[in-house]
Amino acid sequence: MTEARGGTPAVSLSGARLSYGDRTLWDGLDLDVQPGEFVAVLGPNGSGKTSLMRVLLGQQKLSAGTVRVAGAAPGRGNRHIGYIPQQRALDPTVAVRGRDLVGLGYDGHRWGLGIGGMRERRQRVDAALAAVGATAYADRPVGLLSGGEQQRLRVAQALVGDPEVLLCDEPLLSLDLAHQRAVSTLIDARRRDAGSAVLFVTHEINPVLPLVDRVLYLVDGRFRIGPPEQVMTSETLSELYGTEIAVVRVRGQIHIVGAHSDLCEDGAHHTEQLAER
Amino acid sequence: MDKLFDVELTLKLLELPFVVTALVVAAVLGLLAGVLGPLIVSRNMAFSVHGTAELALTGGAAALLLGWDIGNGALAGAIVAALVLGLLSRRSSDYDSVIGVVLAFGLGLGVLMLWLYKGRSSNKFGLLTGQIVGQDFASVALLSGCAIVVLGLLAALYRPLLFASVDPEVAKARGIPVTGLAVVFAVMVGAATALGVRTVGSLLVLALMVTPAAAACRVTASPLKATLLAVLFAEISAVGGIVLSLAPGTPVSAFVTAISFLIYLVCWVVSRTRRTSTAPA
Repeated sequence: MTEARGGTPAVSLSGARLSYGDRTLWDGLDLDVQPGEFVAVLGPNGSGKTSLMRVLLGQQKLSAGTVRVAGAAPGRGNRHIGYIPQQRALDPTVAVRGRDLVGLGYDGHRWGLGIGGMRERRQRVDAALAAVGATAYADRPVGLLSGGEQQRLRVAQALVGDPEVLLCDEPLLSLDLAHQRAVSTLIDARRRDAGSAVLFVTHEINPVLPLVDRVLYLVDGRFRIGPPEQVMTSETLSELYGTEIAVVRVRGQIHIVGAHSDLCEDGAHHTEQLAER
Repeated sequence: MDKLFDVELTLKLLELPFVVTALVVAAVLGLLAGVLGPLIVSRNMAFSVHGTAELALTGGAAALLLGWDIGNGALAGAIVAALVLGLLSRRSSDYDSVIGVVLAFGLGLGVLMLWLYKGRSSNKFGLLTGQIVGQDFASVALLSGCAIVVLGLLAALYRPLLFASVDPEVAKARGIPVTGLAVVFAVMVGAATALGVRTVGSLLVLALMVTPAAAACRVTASPLKATLLAVLFAEISAVGGIVLSLAPGTPVSAFVTAISFLIYLVCWVVSRTRRTSTAPA
């Protein structure tokens, strides 16, 4: 599958600039993401991580440069994009079950009632639910499920459309460690088995560190792209932040010391992870 | 009061042609309200339906004053209102207050025009509380035409509309024109509301557009089952309300609202008991 899609990058940005008024979020951004590649997008709040997602989805125009997603201009190829948003409690009064949410990922963009394709739809949705281990609660109202369960359904919803590109916007936020691992493993399996390119926006690299091929680190209009061992160093981050930063590796995890607090949005997170050991 | 449940009189009245017409109108209305209702509920649009209904009243009052057809006036008022409200983002924080502002102004305008109108006062009362007996062939034709257009549009747009209603963020990411659909849906709701205004009146249109669907969403989370149940509940309320109102000669809306509220209560109790019994110990 990777071969078939190979050759052209799944996501391609060249000379990309995004600015609002006189404020430039990033400029001169060149990034080619190959099929099957896992790229983590890191950086403090307001560095333009979510804006990058919006550009790739065609919801935000670049100020300069070009961008291609899944072989098309952004906004044109959205059917080949799987999107996993932040975990946000779904309204408990909304009358949909897990399987409906996943079903919308399969054919929610099509016009008509879709009565003809019901059988295939059911098979595909069942398979997607089974793949994320959500079969047991697929018929319960989504609003009554836990955050971790909802996020597994989000993964199934994104994967059921057989995406070439997976855009994940903080998908692990507010999940416990077990669910963080489960969700990131599912995403990793997808890019290995089907060759989907993954762009993974996060403020916390540790849960996905073993999966990441390259890091795009954005700070205040500056950025670095490269493998984590090159980008996540005291030297590089000190340069990016323009202040003294120490990167400490503890048992395969990366901990960043010395940056101001918005480097890591939930400070308690680190302590929790350390306390568990 | 002893006329309230006079079965014999009710049966006799049911043979009258205008009553049969009224029942057909109610059945079409129940179908429309039932299929649109679950989407209205998942989009949290109850208040905007209420606002649309009030402005349908304004349109109807204007038509009454100018000597136009009330049905067309109500339809025009509701569609203008729906366009205005549909263009507002339902996520924006001032959504509810804007509806309140527009609704109050429209209603005030409607009251002024009703006061200026010097014709039969039952025409005025009918706009507020519904008037099933006045349905002539033209209004049945208007209703059926609107119903066919709305049902056809709904069938064509159903999946993207459901996606945009329950999961707008991901729907937008998948390339669905969420804002455009909101406007189209608001106009569909506006048309259905305007037709409801003629039967149950602008004050009580919520009883048909929202209550049956809210009841259905209490007892099932399946969009298909919720739609079927909402249609069933809306039909029972609309048709049943008319049949019960025949003998005592009360306004239709009194019974329509009573029945739909009763159904809602039953569904609420069912959902409560179900939730307590399945809750983990």
